[in-house]
Amino acid sequence: MTDKRLTIWEQARLHGYSRRDFIQFCGWIAAAAGIEATGVPQVIAALDTKPRLPVVWFHFQECTCCSESFIRSSHPIVSDIVLDKLSLDYTETLQAAAGKQAEEALHQTMTKYKGEYLMLVEGSVPTEEDGVYCCIGGRTALDIVKEAAANAKAIVCWGSCASNGCIQAAKPNPTGATPIHKLISGKPIINVPGCPPIAEVMAGTIVHLLAFDRIPQLDGLGRPKAFYSRRIHDTCYRRPNYDAGLFVETFDDENARRGYCLYKVGCRGPVTYNSCGVMRWNNGVSYPIQSGHGCIGCTEANFWDNGPFYQHLASFPGFGIESTADTVGVTVGAITAVGIAAHAITTNIKKRRQLRQEIKNSDSPAEEKKGGE
Amino acid sequence: MERNSIRRVYVWQLPVRFYHWLNALTVTTSVITGYLIGKPLAIQLGREASFGYWFGTVRFIHFLAAFVFFFNFLFRIYWGFAGNRYADWKNFIPTRRKQWKEVGQILKVDVLQAEGKPIESVGHNSLAGLTYFLTFLAFLFQSVTGFGMYSAMSNAWLPRLFAWIVPLMGGDFAVRQWHHMMMWFFIIFSMVHVYLVFYHDYVEGRGILSSMAGGWKFIEKEVQPKAE
Ligand code: HEM
Ligand code: SF4
Repeated sequence: MTDKRLTIWEQARLHGYSRRDFIQFCGWIAAAAGIEATGVPQVIAALDTKPRLPVVWFHFQECTCCSESFIRSSHPIVSDIVLDKLSLDYTETLQAAAGKQAEEALHQTMTKYKGEYLMLVEGSVPTEEDGVYCCIGGRTALDIVKEAAANAKAIVCWGSCASNGCIQAAKPNPTGATPIHKLISGKPIINVPGCPPIAEVMAGTIVHLLAFDRIPQLDGLGRPKAFYSRRIHDTCYRRPNYDAGLFVETFDDENARRGYCLYKVGCRGPVTYNSCGVMRWNNGVSYPIQSGHGCIGCTEANFWDNGPFYQHLASFPGFGIESTADTVGVTVGAITAVGIAAHAITTNIKKRRQLRQEIKNSDSPAEEKKGGE
Repeated sequence: MERNSIRRVYVWQLPVRFYHWLNALTVTTSVITGYLIGKPLAIQLGREASFGYWFGTVRFIHFLAAFVFFFNFLFRIYWGFAGNRYADWKNFIPTRRKQWKEVGQILKVDVLQAEGKPIESVGHNSLAGLTYFLTFLAFLFQSVTGFGMYSAMSNAWLPRLFAWIVPLMGGDFAVRQWHHMMMWFFIIFSMVHVYLVFYHDYVEGRGILSSMAGGWKFIEKEVQPKAE
């Protein structure tokens, strides 16, 4: 670890990037982050002059798909510079150091840059059994998170695990997997959900923090609005088929071949917030819907519990996998109808005397005639 | 019981009747269009998208009905304070012992059909009032979840007011699921509601069925209208 903190530009130069490459990168990442053209000089100035942020990147209950996604960002500077081990003071999966050295590096950063370092978290934190389900260097993830968060400048939660628990937190959640925002309070927390999040979204969030030195605008669930303010459905190229009521019924029908909307085979696009439809994946090659599969809603809390994925509504708890709210509704409706019929019948039996009596009492001419005869 | 002296009572004022039928219309429309939104018909037109918009229209009608439904609901709440004694909000929340006693009596006489003192409320009986209070809660729930979902596609201030429900319920999926389940409350309530109106009309002969059209009910001369 060097003592002098280089700027992103200085590091880029050391890595052999030209000024032109660097400026291109700034423009590209600003665009990706939704920063308007007039903000680009600010991004350039920041990456040019500000010493890089000290960053610690933790890995807890996760599969590392967030890191994998990040290093596949379409711009090489992201992986070379932003993620390069030089920029990260601590990250279990990529650092050269191991064991004691690694732990020391972490501590050095946390003490030296108290209140200044950025804390990135990948993975959820188990809370059952005092958190023994995830330990690093003999300490529980819970301990580590609390210590590191105490002096962090801000916390970025990578992926659905850290943002909302993802698969570990799916029912019955045996380890008590918990997202960071439920454990830490009083710190700015940015959720960047997705399984994994899109690389450009991750890079864009970091660059925003770097360039503007403040938290990007967040939505009600703590997600940067620049990337999570619209639903997949709002930017989906199959949307005209949805509005026209043209739906794929099964994956192998004619409609699927025609590229109709995947709503009826369980697409979660209408309830999922992310930028897949705009940025797409793997350098803009495709995204699930473009490849013929509905969105599974991987940025949304509890998406594993909202299954089956190929059904519009979730199965109804306690009524078996295939039953939806509609099956239950129809059943209750049928029982109600039977109840009504039964009540109507008993009314005529039990209230017979009363009804007869009242008809007699009334001054209907028919009754009077009968009575008079 | 002698029933020879009957008098007319003007129970449901015009605004109440207007509210009732507008509500029936918008709820029916919302249920039909809502069900279609959840389970669109398989009309295999084999066309290009640019030639059709039927699903968009179904959704539009749902939202249109939703807005009318919502403001109509607000109006009824207002009328609970401004209307006559039968429209008053106190009919819907049983706060007094007498109301609870009547609830028990109705359960006995009308639901279990045991012998008992006939029920003599002129407006809503206490159990009906309580049930309508539950439906008001359902209206509120459906409005909040509906506008909560709507806020994803609108920046207008009204849906924005309800955006908080989405993070509270954990995301749009849950909101949608609950909104859909609540539809069944509306359907089942309507079935029971319509049946009971016919039942009371048949058994008591006080003109309850037509009261929501003309506003009049018929009641024995001896029965005094209740305090509110
Ligand atoms: C009588 C009351 C209502 C009933 C029975 C009803 C029923 C439904 C149903 C069954 C769905 C389909 C859910 C699904 O499976 O995806 C739905 C969707 C929806 N409803 Fe309602 N609803 C009612 C009132 C409202 C109100 C007051 C609003 C307020 C704006 C509203 C807004 C919505 C929205 C935004 C959707 C999602 C439509 C889409 O994104 O395509 N609903 N409703
Ligand atoms: S495929 Fe999914 S996201 Fe695209 S329009 Fe259909 S429902 Fe919406």
